[in-house]
Amino acid sequence: MIAAVNTPSVDWFALSPELVLLGVSAIALLFAVLLPARLRRPLGAFVCAGGYLGAFVAAALVYAYSSEPVSEIADAISRDRLAALAQMFIAGAGLLVVGVSYSERMRDDHVAEYYALLAAAGGGMAFLVSANNLLTLFLGLEWFSICLYILCAIDVDLVGSLEAGLKYLVIGSFGSAILLFGSALVYASTGALRFGAIATSVDVNGLSDDVVLLTGLAMILAGLGFKASAAPFHMWTPDVYEGAPTPVTSFMSAATKTTALVLMLRVLTIAFPQETHLWRIAVAVIVCASLAVGNLAALVQRNVKRMLAYSSISHAGFMLIGIAAANQLGARALLYYLIPYSAMSVGAFAVVAARERELGQPVTLDNLSGFGWERPMLGASMWVFMLGFAGFPLTGGFVGKFYVFSAAYESGWVWLVIVGLVATAVSLYYYLGVVRSLYMRPSIGLQPAPMGGSPPAERLLQASVAACLVVTIGSFFAVQPLIDLCRNAAEVLPL
Amino acid sequence: MDRWLATILIFLPVAGALVCWLVPMRRFTLGSFATLVALVEVGFWVLAVERFDYSEPTGALQFERRGSWFSDLGVSYHVGFFPFALWLAGMAVVVMAAAIAYAFWSGRERPRAYFGLMLFLTGAIIGVFAAQDVLLFYVFWEAMLIPLYVLMGVWGGPNRQAATLKFVIYTMAGSLLMLGAVIAFGFANGSFDLVDSKPNQSVWIFLGFAAAFAVKAPLFPFHGWLPDAYRESPAEVAAVLSGVVSKTATYGFLRIGITQFGDPVKDLRTPILVLAVVGLLYGSLVAFRAPDIRGVIAYSSMAQMGLITLGLFATNLSGLNGAVLQMVNHGLISATLFLLAGAVERRTTTGEFARLGGMARGRPALATMLMTTGIIALAVPGSGAFAGEFLILLGVFVQGWAWTVLGAVAIVFAAMYMLRLISAVLHRDAPPTINDSVLDLRPAELGILVPLVACLIFLSFWPAAITDHSFGAGSRDLPGLFTFR
Repeated sequence: MIAAVNTPSVDWFALSPELVLLGVSAIALLFAVLLPARLRRPLGAFVCAGGYLGAFVAAALVYAYSSEPVSEIADAISRDRLAALAQMFIAGAGLLVVGVSYSERMRDDHVAEYYALLAAAGGGMAFLVSANNLLTLFLGLEWFSICLYILCAIDVDLVGSLEAGLKYLVIGSFGSAILLFGSALVYASTGALRFGAIATSVDVNGLSDDVVLLTGLAMILAGLGFKASAAPFHMWTPDVYEGAPTPVTSFMSAATKTTALVLMLRVLTIAFPQETHLWRIAVAVIVCASLAVGNLAALVQRNVKRMLAYSSISHAGFMLIGIAAANQLGARALLYYLIPYSAMSVGAFAVVAARERELGQPVTLDNLSGFGWERPMLGASMWVFMLGFAGFPLTGGFVGKFYVFSAAYESGWVWLVIVGLVATAVSLYYYLGVVRSLYMRPSIGLQPAPMGGSPPAERLLQASVAACLVVTIGSFFAVQPLIDLCRNAAEVLPL
Repeated sequence: MDRWLATILIFLPVAGALVCWLVPMRRFTLGSFATLVALVEVGFWVLAVERFDYSEPTGALQFERRGSWFSDLGVSYHVGFFPFALWLAGMAVVVMAAAIAYAFWSGRERPRAYFGLMLFLTGAIIGVFAAQDVLLFYVFWEAMLIPLYVLMGVWGGPNRQAATLKFVIYTMAGSLLMLGAVIAFGFANGSFDLVDSKPNQSVWIFLGFAAAFAVKAPLFPFHGWLPDAYRESPAEVAAVLSGVVSKTATYGFLRIGITQFGDPVKDLRTPILVLAVVGLLYGSLVAFRAPDIRGVIAYSSMAQMGLITLGLFATNLSGLNGAVLQMVNHGLISATLFLLAGAVERRTTTGEFARLGGMARGRPALATMLMTTGIIALAVPGSGAFAGEFLILLGVFVQGWAWTVLGAVAIVFAAMYMLRLISAVLHRDAPPTINDSVLDLRPAELGILVPLVACLIFLSFWPAAITDHSFGAGSRDLPGLFTFR
């Protein structure tokens, strides 16, 4: 006799962003086998963009109709505004990355798979940010990580792509293993998987000084640190960012970071509120390490992708200040910061991709010379992105930095503000170094790519860059509506 | 419309900049357009002066607009003009118009970017003078740096890269300290508004602000960037830097330092006055020894900043009045001198005194312009600069007679370096390179320089235009804005 299994009720609406992306991924895979080669690229890109757009709209609807947080599907995922907002960020970044990817010179026989993987990775991230217990946490993490391992290695003709994929696979798996081990320790200590239940169990059983629990917490923090590419868990970042195809890098820098940071915020505040005094210090140490490593190493880079990789490490540090502050303002600051950061990051890598396709070789500070005058629109955009990274006004980067510093100040950690200010001062050197290359050096003269001449004008890439520009500058002026979105999302956290 | 005047003054040039960047125009159209926008800006400023109500004894904020920017931290778009700020804004728009016209005349390369940046800079500077929210002030303050960085780095002289880098590192170090101070100030105050604010007692926060202002002015010993930046910039950008941008720093001391930090200013008055006097004397001496025109103007500019700081930190009515008058005077003088330096350099390809001389013979317009400006700059009695320096020395006398004596000594130095400049360019024997092919000022150059000099002469005749209308007419006390007596 078969025992009747009680299946939990499924809230399909809460899952809609992930489902849209998964469905699109399946369609794109079908294209790979069913469509003639010349149609795969346009249609694959089209459905992928449509999927991200659909996921964005779905997430926005979930956001609108989820004023009260609820746990869904046997408490596996949580339907709340924090998850929905993060899904909107991820979907927005994915949409922009489709535009960046379109003209990438990729072997045509892989192109539909590329878009299938891109959509599936986005689906995994969207799933992960709504994770509500340690199992879904690990499931989501692996889901998008495996997609990214393949995406990094997809362009086997590109020097370094395969190496990047392998490196990411090895180190990423290591990070996942640490996270899994940490989860097991936490479960061993508390007997609970759900984030809320962990906190309750710690309360009830008086476990806040339990060594097993604290070890587990430390390992979870480390595992998420790998994904957020925060120092000292950053060592894969420069190589992978440099080796991966540039559109993939742009996706990783924006969406992976969003996912990892939002998840870290959620896990730390919901599952471990009793340990706030400990993880605050741990996160602050990670902040200092990230700011130091990212900024100092970026100073000496000539390769622009590598420099941006170190810059993304340092930005992980800046955004983690919001978590280290451990207050509502900090959570809000982190969420707000992700908006201009994602836009600047996708945009900057998109400009790098455009230059790369022109030259047919890696972009360095030397061969970027004069680019600003040759390509006024892309050059000016790159200029704005660099100023935004450096935290100049008239970009959202300034407001983001101002918010995280304010959060640290409010939490009473003035020293963290000072660390952040010093790091900002150091970062100016390499961000302005790019501007110097763009505008203040004689042009190297356009050398057409070795094969096939200069690529045609890339309308989609330019549209993506323009959209990034609008978000970067627009988020400076429209702070109030964006911060309201972030406030509503952050209010689900018990801070 | 009056309520919008401050906003218009800020955003009209920014809109002009966007047009320059986005609408394709030919070089001539573009230059004319930028000059026109700058002149319309001057027109709006004249309108603002005419509409301003000077009768209010407290010197209240006017043309005020306020709208929330982000409410959870209490940051708002709050702009308006105090009377003293209005005069500085006037100096700024006049100098910017002259600089833009000069750039048009001298035909800068890549005009779309150039004129757009100059107009953007104008808007940012007016924003600094108008902002009444400390974060907004910081935003405009930083926004000034972006165009300056590019203007200097792209269109500057042969050593521009090193000069630009030094300039940016110095100013950003100061600015980031100010950002820390802004955050601390805002949280201590409950909002970032400068008008509703409580007096702040923290010496550290004051020092954070003071660092940014001391670097930008520059005060001794934060002047390391100054000689390179002033030498390598295009002439009209150097004019803006020393004429206008340095005044935003002294304005910052006045608007934020002195009005918000009563006790720290009292506690730190002596060290600041010492730095100001050292800068005044040191700048004057180095100006006397400088080997080229720009060196003299650069270091004299630094000396003048010391003098203005002396007046500000006297913190009494005559000191403040003198400082504001001298800020306007020096802005105009310094801009005129830099544009003249640019005119000389265009003709002779050098600004070194060793290769100049005898330019007065056969070049009456150049000689007249340089003489007039130089004589006003050395504060000959009867000039506006004399009025300003007299008031400053009178004001600082209250704090101790020694400050006045040292200040007066520096004025003697001013005569020395200015007369040396005049004689080295105009009067000594002409080297062979200064021949008939070196022309007198052209009509277009006169069209740019004569209005500047006319403003100076006007202020020489009627310095009370500023001193009677900066802190409330005819009052003998400081307005309530200044929280201590």
